Amino acid sequence: MPVYSEKVMDHFQNPRNVGEIENADGVGELGNPTCGDIMKIYIKVKDDKIDDIKFKTFGCGAAIATSSMVTELVKGKALEEAEKISNEVVAEALDGLPPVKMHCSNLAADALHLAVEDYRARKAGKGPIGRVETPEHDESDILEHV
Amino acid sequence: MKIINFDHFAATMMRPEVKEAMEPFFIQEYGNPQSIHTLSDEPREALNRARLQAADILNAASNEIIFTSSGSESNNLAIKGTAFARMDKGKHIIVSKIEHFSVLNAVKSLVKLGFEVSEVSVDKYGTVNPQDIKNALRKDTILVSITHASNEIGTIQDIKEISKIVHENSGAYIHTDANTSCGFIETDVKELGVDMLSASPHRFYGPKGTGLFYLKKGVRIMPLIDGGIQEFGRRAGTENVPAIVGAGVACELAKKELKDRTAHLLPIQKEIMDGVLSGLDEVYLNGHPEKRLPNNLNFVVKYIEGESMLMWLNNNGIMVASGSACTSKILKSSHVLSAIGVDPALAQGSLLISLGEDNTMEDAAYFVKELPPIVDKLRQMSPLYEEVKRKNKV
Repeated sequence: MPVYSEKVMDHFQNPRNVGEIENADGVGELGNPTCGDIMKIYIKVKDDKIDDIKFKTFGCGAAIATSSMVTELVKGKALEEAEKISNEVVAEALDGLPPVKMHCSNLAADALHLAVEDYRARKAGKGPIGRVETPEHDESDILEHV
Repeated sequence: MKIINFDHFAATMMRPEVKEAMEPFFIQEYGNPQSIHTLSDEPREALNRARLQAADILNAASNEIIFTSSGSESNNLAIKGTAFARMDKGKHIIVSKIEHFSVLNAVKSLVKLGFEVSEVSVDKYGTVNPQDIKNALRKDTILVSITHASNEIGTIQDIKEISKIVHENSGAYIHTDANTSCGFIETDVKELGVDMLSASPHRFYGPKGTGLFYLKKGVRIMPLIDGGIQEFGRRAGTENVPAIVGAGVACELAKKELKDRTAHLLPIQKEIMDGVLSGLDEVYLNGHPEKRLPNNLNFVVKYIEGESMLMWLNNNGIMVASGSACTSKILKSSHVLSAIGVDPALAQGSLLISLGEDNTMEDAAYFVKELPPIVDKLRQMSPLYEEVKRKNKV
């Protein structure tokens, strides 16, 4: 479907790093089932690096593709680097997303940051953070893009 | 790969007879039906023929048929046309919660102009209770507009009973949106007892760019497009002759083939319904189990999202639609599913199938075989499914 780039379609159809990590060091879960997107990212951390990363996503094609892409971008990278990755960087790595999807389905970097935050919180004895609900979409925001 | 269209509510393929009938009116017979000279003769004749064909499928008189540009325009004409013509009598309009956006947004615009709207609820099958209409009627009610059959969940309303109640208890007009039903079930305006009806020939193998509007003799509306005396002065603008000619032929074919069409569609519908409900866990049917269109199915597949399901099916050559937020363009899940009590999170897993004459039993069997692995693949990566599995283990 030409709505999405070839890279999005590739990551949608062949998602990388799908699954769960048992006894993960950090978990970031973000979204709102009413909007149709929930992303859950698991990380295993070793020497301040992302040693392993897995995801599970409930959502549209863009939600699945961005989740897959973010895991690929940060696997093996230092936590600090991972924290610098933005939703926009993930979208660019996929050769872009339809404008309306930039709003809702492009949360993968946020979920990753949450996983890192959760890891740090757990280490400090303040975790786990649990699922963070994102707000529902504002119709007027979206109409600008359709 | 074979393309299977299970999304006929979006588009149907024009019948060859329709295209053939339209063809002369692009080049050879391009005249304006309103001219006096010879160039207009055949276009005018063709327009009259189309009006008779359209009148025939609705059991109306030909001077009760107005050609518009679309089903949405017909709905707008019914609602705003009535509102503007009758605002001296009252400013109250009744619709149901499961109307098409061309009804709901038309009344929303009227509310901004000072009109009042009552949205009648539906039951879990999407059925309007005629008694609820009776209770909502007021002295100043000028119009009741209820869809004949839902364009999402296929439920057919008892328009005959609703018309009777409206006419017996008020001076309001009754309009029905038959844009989804016409061409697939009977749409006899005398039997239904309505004052106005909208129909959409491109939904039943006619061309896009034209709509039908039935306006009972004596019913007073104000035009939305003023200008010349086209369409009895109810809808100005040079007529889209090729599309109207095509619409006429689509109406004639639909009337002739209505029984055959139902006989062809029902077994395919049943094959898909039985196959999906028995082949998958945690899937259920939306809409009325019996009182529904022969060409529609609407399922909720729990724990996954509609667009990703749609994209995988597309990959396998099957074209479907969904009422999920992600597929809606305005990122809101279906108001119809919400009105029948489907939880917004579950509405994300909506799967909307609309069948047509090009579908076969083989298509149904193929779909029933292809769907479960796709659902399984998406559930395996769904955090919602993971939660449920964990809870069930405990």
